[in-house]
Amino acid sequence: MERTQEPLLSVVSLTKSFPGALALDGVDFSLRAGEVHALLGENGAGKSTLIKCLTGAYRRDSGEVMLDGRPVDPRDTFEAQALGIGTVYQEVNLLPNLTVAENLYLGRQPRRFGMVDTRRMNAEARTLLARYGLDLDVTRELSSYSVAVQQIIAIARAVDLSGKILILDEPTASLDTQEVRMVFNIVRTLRQRGLGIVFITHFLDQVFELSDRITVLRNGRRVGTRVTAEMERLELVTMMLGHELSQETGHTPQRQRGGTVAYRFRDFGRAGVIEPFNLEVRRGEVVGVAGLLGSGRTETAEVIFGVVPHDSGQAEMDGEPVDLSAPRKAIASGLGFCPEDRKTDGIIGDLSVRENIILALQARRGWSRPLSRQEQIEIADRFIKALDIRTTDREKPIKLLSGGNQQKAILARWLATSPKFLILDEPTRGIDVGAHAEIIRLIENLCEQGMSLLVISSELDELVAYAHRVIVLRDRRHVAELAGEEINTGNIVRAIAADHHREQTP
Amino acid sequence: MKSRHLPLMATILIFILAYVLCYMQFPAMLSTRVIGNLLTDNAFLGITAVGMTFVILSGGIDLSVGSVIAFTSIFVAVLLAGTGLHPLAVFALALAITTLFGAAMGAVIHYLEMPPFIVTLAGMFLARGMAFVLSIDSIPVVHPFYDTLQSLYWRMPGGGRLTLIGGLMLLVFILGVLAAHRTRFGANVYALGGGAATARLMGVALGRTTIGIYALSGFLAGLSGIVFSLYTTAGYSLSAVGVELDAIAAVVIGGTLLTGGSGFVAGTFIGVLIMGLIQTYIIFDGTLSSWWTKIVIGVLLFVFILLQKGILWLSHKRATTLEHAHGS
Repeated sequence: MERTQEPLLSVVSLTKSFPGALALDGVDFSLRAGEVHALLGENGAGKSTLIKCLTGAYRRDSGEVMLDGRPVDPRDTFEAQALGIGTVYQEVNLLPNLTVAENLYLGRQPRRFGMVDTRRMNAEARTLLARYGLDLDVTRELSSYSVAVQQIIAIARAVDLSGKILILDEPTASLDTQEVRMVFNIVRTLRQRGLGIVFITHFLDQVFELSDRITVLRNGRRVGTRVTAEMERLELVTMMLGHELSQETGHTPQRQRGGTVAYRFRDFGRAGVIEPFNLEVRRGEVVGVAGLLGSGRTETAEVIFGVVPHDSGQAEMDGEPVDLSAPRKAIASGLGFCPEDRKTDGIIGDLSVRENIILALQARRGWSRPLSRQEQIEIADRFIKALDIRTTDREKPIKLLSGGNQQKAILARWLATSPKFLILDEPTRGIDVGAHAEIIRLIENLCEQGMSLLVISSELDELVAYAHRVIVLRDRRHVAELAGEEINTGNIVRAIAADHHREQTP
Repeated sequence: MKSRHLPLMATILIFILAYVLCYMQFPAMLSTRVIGNLLTDNAFLGITAVGMTFVILSGGIDLSVGSVIAFTSIFVAVLLAGTGLHPLAVFALALAITTLFGAAMGAVIHYLEMPPFIVTLAGMFLARGMAFVLSIDSIPVVHPFYDTLQSLYWRMPGGGRLTLIGGLMLLVFILGVLAAHRTRFGANVYALGGGAATARLMGVALGRTTIGIYALSGFLAGLSGIVFSLYTTAGYSLSAVGVELDAIAAVVIGGTLLTGGSGFVAGTFIGVLIMGLIQTYIIFDGTLSSWWTKIVIGVLLFVFILLQKGILWLSHKRATTLEHAHGS
């Protein structure tokens, strides 16, 4: 057929920038009818920006999008839908309080004499879902069905509305194996029907199982497009993380391993979030955590800090058991946690730099013992100076500072509590190169002072530079631990890419 | 049975139980005379409660309706006393004003992204203030057309009278049920209550729907004001104080979730009847203070809030057991 030769959708040199950041830089992408095309990349690689440009949620700055050989420029999701581009998101974007049939036909219900013809709507809904192998009571509320069924209903709606291209944005993130199989069978059927399917996921196994081609994005650029069957797992991970194995960065071994074990975690984990792991953190040691997005990096940190309470195992501090079931208790045990997403989890934008810095210390003292204004000013000034936070005024709302300085202020917030164990989740994301180096120097300083650190980072070079040990995660499991000489980017990438079989801790 | 029907079933059950209890004490309670009066006396509350049902279904609230009723009643009275306009023309004018008033509040809520509570609170003060501007006195309505309208009724078997305004309330409820369940507008209202962001992604025009909802509530409050004026044959700025809260109570007792997205217009009808029934009982008894109405309604509301919480808790629990343990 001719259609299989001509791409259904072709994107040429798409560029999109936001104030202060180039989100997509001349990205090319093509999608054929009847193929599943996986779109991969770490956080901030530009996947979601690309998708949003295709679905009309964003307008592109420049570049061409051709659908069936005609240039298109959807202004909103409805126009994209009318053109034939439908999207299904990770979070089911349907209404739980409406019936299945109402969800399928909202806004386009069949009508008779101006009234919604419920009987016909329900009959059509049943027919539509039968094609997806679902036989359900369409008059029940959506919320009475499992997430997998809801996801299939969302797919059915998207395909029914658009019909040419289906974009699946992490549709399997909250499904179990059985349910993933169910969704995959549906996707395969749609592929046979000639739809072009864009598939976004963090699960590499699923990529290899389902996709025909793979496109990898990194830092807003396309790294490459390959045929899945001709691709090795290792090659894919290398493309995603951006390291050629030939240019391995080695470990700088002059630093000594830290002293005594400060924190010990035994079989620590939470079902469905992160498998139980054993971890020892010594005084003055930096433990790096590596892995792809969705591998359980942030989950590890959250379980340790009690954001998501653990349901198995115990934690010890200096040999004594400690309760880490809630952030308050973790803080009381000397832990600190700088989360990944500053904007939503870290800074409180409208509060001043001073208020942001003293927040954790004040929380730890309790509201009955407020810090005096003078103490607050002293603490804030000390850290503004020590960390070189560039602000004209300590009373300036923190949202007016640059990303790097916000990050330093959050670090200051935790340092003010003099923690013994600090967890940093992607401390260098989204900040400029200069601030980058400063944060790294700061990390090194802190561990020299005897603080224990757990640093999560996608920047492997960084981990290699400062970590004494590196834990590698995959599929929500700690799969490898590298120490001393073994720490180099090549080993980390290999550990991430290693297929299925569990690696031994060297 | 579907869980969303549970609050409605509970309401109907309570109504039947209450009626049976009343009937056992006062057999006359079952006569069509009492039923006719029940409908007539609660007509203005019922009509505005239909509008309130739509507002609450969409996840909002409309605190202005009581003031709008007072405004309409005094507006009608002042215009009929001061000009030679025919009552029908005055009614049309009043409905146009209250509908626009509601639409304006809806527009503010949508475009300025203000909480409905605040916007309609402002609307409540504004409408009450406008009523005082028109007149601070109670103005009687004397017009032959009013006499005609009041003399219209259908004699039910048993001697009860279904008056014009009682019938109008029934009609509004029937139209309300149809609008909620058989029109795209109704589906959009439920969609909005289920989640505004998702509804927008699914193609619901949020602005049009929100404005439509508050315009409808304004229109029905205006209609309720006209009914109130027919019922009392007077207009007074201080009348209908707190009717918005009675309407909200009727909607909640009728089984509509205050969080929006779930409920039935028919449930509100039962809610209004329950409130009317309590009042009728107190009149029959003759020794009870009328404040007992408020006390019983307060207890009922509390029971229903607990019931709703319980249902939410149950469905949440079911959802978490359905979802297999998975990551955040």
